[in-house]
Amino acid sequence: MSKQSFKSWYKSGEPGIWMSGGAVAIAVIMTIGLMAVIAVRGLGHFWPSDVIEARYSVPGQPVQMLLGELVQEEEVTRERLAGAGLPIPADAPEFMRRDLFKVGNRDLTGADFTWLVGDWLSEHKTPEDIVVLERREWGNFYGRLVNVQEAGKVVAEGDAAWAELQKRIERVDGLQAKLNKLHKGEIGAINHGLERLRLQERRLELDGQLSDQAKADLAAERAELNARYQGLEAELVALNAEFDRDSATFKAIDGREVNLTLGKLVHAYKPNAMGPLDKTGFYFAKLWEFLSDEPREANTEGGIFPAIFGTVMMTLIMAILVTPFGVLAAVYLREYAKQGAMTRIIRIAVNNLAGVPAIVYGVFGLGFFVYMVGGSIDRLFFPEAAPAPTFGTPGLLWASVTLAILAVPVVIVATEEGLARIPRAVREGSLALGATKAETLWKVVLPMASPAMMTGLILAVARAAGEVAPLMLVGVVKLAPTLPVDGNYPFVHLDQKIMHLGFHIYDVGFQSPNVEAARPLVFATALLLVLVIALLNFAAVAIRNRLREKYKALEN
Amino acid sequence: MQHETHSHGMNMAALGRDKQDLNLANESTCLDVPGLSLFYGDKQALYDVRMSIPRQRVTAFIGPSGCGKSTLLRCFNRMNDLVDGCRVDGEILLDGQNIYRKGEDVAELRRRVGMVFQKPNPFPKSIYENVAYGLRIQGINQKRVLDEAVEQSLRGAALWDEVKDRLDESALGMSGGQQQRLVIARTIAVQPEVLLLDEPCSALDPISTLKVEELIYELKSKFTIVIVTHNMQQAARVSDYTAFMYMGKLIEFGDTDTLFTNPAKKQTEDYITGRYG
Repeated sequence: MSKQSFKSWYKSGEPGIWMSGGAVAIAVIMTIGLMAVIAVRGLGHFWPSDVIEARYSVPGQPVQMLLGELVQEEEVTRERLAGAGLPIPADAPEFMRRDLFKVGNRDLTGADFTWLVGDWLSEHKTPEDIVVLERREWGNFYGRLVNVQEAGKVVAEGDAAWAELQKRIERVDGLQAKLNKLHKGEIGAINHGLERLRLQERRLELDGQLSDQAKADLAAERAELNARYQGLEAELVALNAEFDRDSATFKAIDGREVNLTLGKLVHAYKPNAMGPLDKTGFYFAKLWEFLSDEPREANTEGGIFPAIFGTVMMTLIMAILVTPFGVLAAVYLREYAKQGAMTRIIRIAVNNLAGVPAIVYGVFGLGFFVYMVGGSIDRLFFPEAAPAPTFGTPGLLWASVTLAILAVPVVIVATEEGLARIPRAVREGSLALGATKAETLWKVVLPMASPAMMTGLILAVARAAGEVAPLMLVGVVKLAPTLPVDGNYPFVHLDQKIMHLGFHIYDVGFQSPNVEAARPLVFATALLLVLVIALLNFAAVAIRNRLREKYKALEN
Repeated sequence: MQHETHSHGMNMAALGRDKQDLNLANESTCLDVPGLSLFYGDKQALYDVRMSIPRQRVTAFIGPSGCGKSTLLRCFNRMNDLVDGCRVDGEILLDGQNIYRKGEDVAELRRRVGMVFQKPNPFPKSIYENVAYGLRIQGINQKRVLDEAVEQSLRGAALWDEVKDRLDESALGMSGGQQQRLVIARTIAVQPEVLLLDEPCSALDPISTLKVEELIYELKSKFTIVIVTHNMQQAARVSDYTAFMYMGKLIEFGDTDTLFTNPAKKQTEDYITGRYG
């Protein structure tokens, strides 16, 4: 290319177009890549992959049988394997394959994942009679079904056992549902009632009004609750006996037999015997379980419903708190405050508030809301519960309030911008009809500023929903399977601790005793968190566009 | 009154004709300005304006841009209060009461002295709610009362037949001319005594302008109308009296025919013959 034509090419702006186009392309690729990575690694976890049976012969040691799912394979150098203490022969190739297998049976072998040298595996098979058990404790079990027993007596063996097992698992699932209902529903209500009576008594005692009459009344109520509990207890015992009636014996690959009561099983399936259609069905059932169930086994198994619920609940309460607060502040700043140095300083302060690291808000929330405000509330309104704190401890309310403080600058700034955009002519039109400034604001200006308020609010929600650091200090915990909303008065328990998707990622990823099992859950939870926030953002854009459309005619 | 026999479809010539025997001295005064100066910060915008605006007549303010005619108009309903640094020196009497006295209820004043702006400024609400707005502000919420007031106001603004079937639609979907008449309907719905029109036709096409002018003609039997206009033909067509202002001073004020045909001041003559402005 000659100098002249290069110069004219440069002047045409083409390089700029290429560079800006390239920047967009990189941004798009990174976004898609991010989503793809967490989607693939997170969603693959729920697929029921085939279980491999193979011979594993370490040189110089007896042959072992292996049974498990292949999770990962990688190429490593011979030296590294030798360095790990494996008896690598001198004539081994430079690079060797290393496989990670999920072998389960933690109760028998001590770990459910194991690294093996792939080159030493032989005779890969996928026998159809292999059973995978998801258990409530000790993780997965891989093995073969031996027999099914009822109250210690064998009722089915051999080929008939599998069908019998399925039937009895169904029965146990029904019992499980009944037990859950009994525990959470009626017994929960009785416990709640007893606790309420205890607090009532303590309160009367503190007020010095605990007369004999009151004592008798309380005792009568307590007796009634206890009587109801006695009735339920009998039912509970009967149900538990039924629940523990059936069991099954399974044989692990090393020949050891395990007898498990069916109540300890979540699922039993034969992945090697399932067709693609069955597997797909199973996959979606597992996915649904992940979304709708409580976590088990230190959060490494089961679902994350309490975390989803906690995140949404906390965000909603935050939104309810932050909107009026932010809008009122913006209205005062824009409409009533005398515009000058002072308002400028306040504006700068509000904008800077949005840049304060979130953990600082957490510390502030803990020191101010939890200990000072919450402590005072406890002293004033819940003296009967002392020394146990009610609001003087991290909980849902304080998490929401802390996030509200964190998100309020976004709402203020957005609302102020919205107010500034309302044409002067419309305000004057209202004032000229005899409306006062407040009436004009309320009836004309604020409705017209609602798109901006909406945008601000949902941006605030999106920011708050993804925040983790401050929440660890003010109310989010590792495990809180009881939801903050239930059937016991006052129905929404603002003092309760909650689970949160963001914190769940941190907890499962870094605090879990079973790293290999937790890893896919980290990705799956991350994907869910991204989806929730993306959904909120899309909603923001959609609502804003709709409201803008409504008021468009006035913009010019 | 001699004007009442006129029908809607009168032509322009007819509009201008029967203003022969108007005389400011015989009129009853609605708004009296015994002497008013106005400052924006240090800058004086009005210099000791003195005039009496007659009741149930159309008074037009003309003059070049920046002469203070809109500023003066906005003094009558104290719209200038909203401007930072605006200071009024003097008084304006509405039915003998100084509207700048201490303790004046400005909202009530603005109800009594309605205003229509240069650009149509309907609220982003339905047609019905636009007209009912002023009444709702006053706490009137009975549907029957509102229905009647809305219909009457829309009829009064010659808009009823065009919109009676779509009262619930957004006012923002109307044409500019309709919007301006809606704003007039909204203003007369609260039954003011005075209507201030601040260049009400400057954003409208000629047909809409004609409609609004006819409407002004109809309305003066009920209201005292003060109109600011850039358009001298319009002033000549619609007004009974005309005030010519220049550089913040009231130069000449008299009945429209005399002012346009036989101006007393040289400046007025220069302006209406197009020598400056």
